[in-house]
Amino acid sequence: MSDRNRRKFIKTSAMAAAATALPMPFIWPKGASAATVKMGILHSLTGTIAIAEKSVVDSELLAVEEINNAGGVMGQQIEAVIEDGASDWPTFAEKARKLIEKDKVASVMGCYTSASRKAVLPVFEKLKGLLYYPTYYEGLEISPNIMYTAQEATQSSIAATEWLYENRGKSFFLVGSDYIWPRTTIKLCKITLDRLGGTVAGENYYPLGHIEFSSAINKIKATKPDVIVNCVVGGSNVAFFKQLKAAGIIDAGTTVLSLAVSEEEVSGIGSENTAGTLTCMGYFQSLSNPTNEKYVSAFKKKYGANRVTGDTLECAYIAVHLWAMAAEKAQSFDVEKVVAASSGLEIDAPEGKVKFHTDNHHLWKHARIGEFLPDGQAKMLYESPLIEPDPFPKL
Amino acid sequence: MFALQAFTGLSVFSILMLMALGLAIVFGLMGVINMAHGELMAMGAYATYGTSVLFEAYFPSLMSIYFIVGVVLAFFATSVFGYFLERSLIQFLYKRPLDTMLATWGVGLILQQLYRQFINPRPVEVPTASWLQGVWQVSEDVSFPMSRIFIVGLAFLTATLVYLFLYRTRRGLLIRAVTQNRGMSGAIGINQKRVDAYTFALGCGLAGIAGSSFTMLASTAPDTGQAYIVDTFIVVVFGGVESLLGTIMSAFFIGQMQTWFEFYLSGSMARAGILLLVIAVLYFRPNGLFATKVRR
Repeated sequence: MSDRNRRKFIKTSAMAAAATALPMPFIWPKGASAATVKMGILHSLTGTIAIAEKSVVDSELLAVEEINNAGGVMGQQIEAVIEDGASDWPTFAEKARKLIEKDKVASVMGCYTSASRKAVLPVFEKLKGLLYYPTYYEGLEISPNIMYTAQEATQSSIAATEWLYENRGKSFFLVGSDYIWPRTTIKLCKITLDRLGGTVAGENYYPLGHIEFSSAINKIKATKPDVIVNCVVGGSNVAFFKQLKAAGIIDAGTTVLSLAVSEEEVSGIGSENTAGTLTCMGYFQSLSNPTNEKYVSAFKKKYGANRVTGDTLECAYIAVHLWAMAAEKAQSFDVEKVVAASSGLEIDAPEGKVKFHTDNHHLWKHARIGEFLPDGQAKMLYESPLIEPDPFPKL
Repeated sequence: MFALQAFTGLSVFSILMLMALGLAIVFGLMGVINMAHGELMAMGAYATYGTSVLFEAYFPSLMSIYFIVGVVLAFFATSVFGYFLERSLIQFLYKRPLDTMLATWGVGLILQQLYRQFINPRPVEVPTASWLQGVWQVSEDVSFPMSRIFIVGLAFLTATLVYLFLYRTRRGLLIRAVTQNRGMSGAIGINQKRVDAYTFALGCGLAGIAGSSFTMLASTAPDTGQAYIVDTFIVVVFGGVESLLGTIMSAFFIGQMQTWFEFYLSGSMARAGILLLVIAVLYFRPNGLFATKVRR
């Protein structure tokens, strides 16, 4: 290799290296006009949780597009800055810092697991950022810099436990993945059961990604519970449902209620395996109201007819709208003013009219229990009135 | 209850055995630490998924037997891949075990990303044939899922075929010769390169069969392999790296322990229990439970 060639080689390989390092962040949309406001999107686009978070990003971008087409926020187009948390909690914290400090975003839509939210929380509080968190979670948190747009425990697990106790039976078998969300959720279930007078037939935790549930199934067969509450998360659910189905437990009439399975997950589990089981969510794609029909058809039009929406997608979608509405109301992107304007803010969401609590940053929500049909959609069995969010419930 | 638990133990054993046989051949006989073993299982699972899609589209009437075709196809697809992997990469690294580890890990990551890009980032669902969905009702309280019975049968069939291949055919004889004494087998004219290549292909093919049968129990996602690989290594190391019989015995032992631990403890605790047990055994028998005694 001559000297000249070597220099050229170094130059091109350096360029190639730079090019491969570049793809993040994507700026969207391109060619935004002078009056733009930046909004961060921080989800896992790679790694294990990407399965769940990728479509959440889709839903958020749909909301951004709608707002921009309607003229933007206070006349300013939203420019979404997408960062990849890579299913890794320290990366989430680092990217959150980058979005706030370097991109100076007015708000961030982001996080899916509680672990990632706990990782970014100190960053948002210290740098005075604003995070909208769109996933149902275990509660026990109110940060001045986070708005929670999905259900906390009293609006899902506690409401579901009460309904199951009244309608399906007194003895409960509790099974979940082994980390903070299932552990806390099951603890709340147990306390609720204690208060009502139900019994716990068994309680079991499995590592994330576990795929052998036959011993749990034998325990279920031995204890014969009326109800199985399923807090298994992610890919393990597929194994759990396939094996439950194969063991004949679902068909034998035992009620199975999942707290982390929405229409999205069902498409991976196989709708023939979930048919007849229950789920507790704040939103189902099958809800019939004009706002939801508009949302579902816009989503399918943008991303394809075979895509489904689900609870987290909807919560992420309204999060963007809620932020835009609050900024509009405050006539400012200042975090404190936006938070103040959010107090009591009402939105006509696909899940129905919901509104922010006046002081705890959570939404008043319906808890809805649905039964999965063979086509993977949910048929609503029960709808609670709007439940006041109470992240620190007295039990 | 005891019958159910015993059957579960048997079923876990056969799953572990299927996973570990391929790795035991590659790791035990050839000394290659194949970190891409899990991804090869995923490849077998995807081959089965592909078969199901094809059958659904072109021969819907034959859907009931597609699974058997899927298993065979999974074996061939992964073993052909294994053959080319050995020829293009592994053969240059035989004397560098740490480098093989890194290289195969890299291959595993590449495969994962390929599945994610070109197949589906989400888990795919392989439909279970109707005759495998049923339950064998022995008595009122005791019933065994057909899919599990099928896996147990498949595991035993595979183990028998591997045994017959290694101990009753000429090629098997060559493999054993190369494993026992590389230098001497070369000296008497055995083409070691060819033997290495098809041994590796065999090990990969077995991973394919394992992956294919797991589609009945769990989903197939790009990172599915990661869920299996740790268990597989535990079984092989625990059993003693150089003996296939040891691998089978250790699969049996771990399968039973896991089942009973999980029954009396929580799932996570059971796992911790098994790992503690393995550590304790390896402390006293560093070469594994069933290490063959060889002079070095």
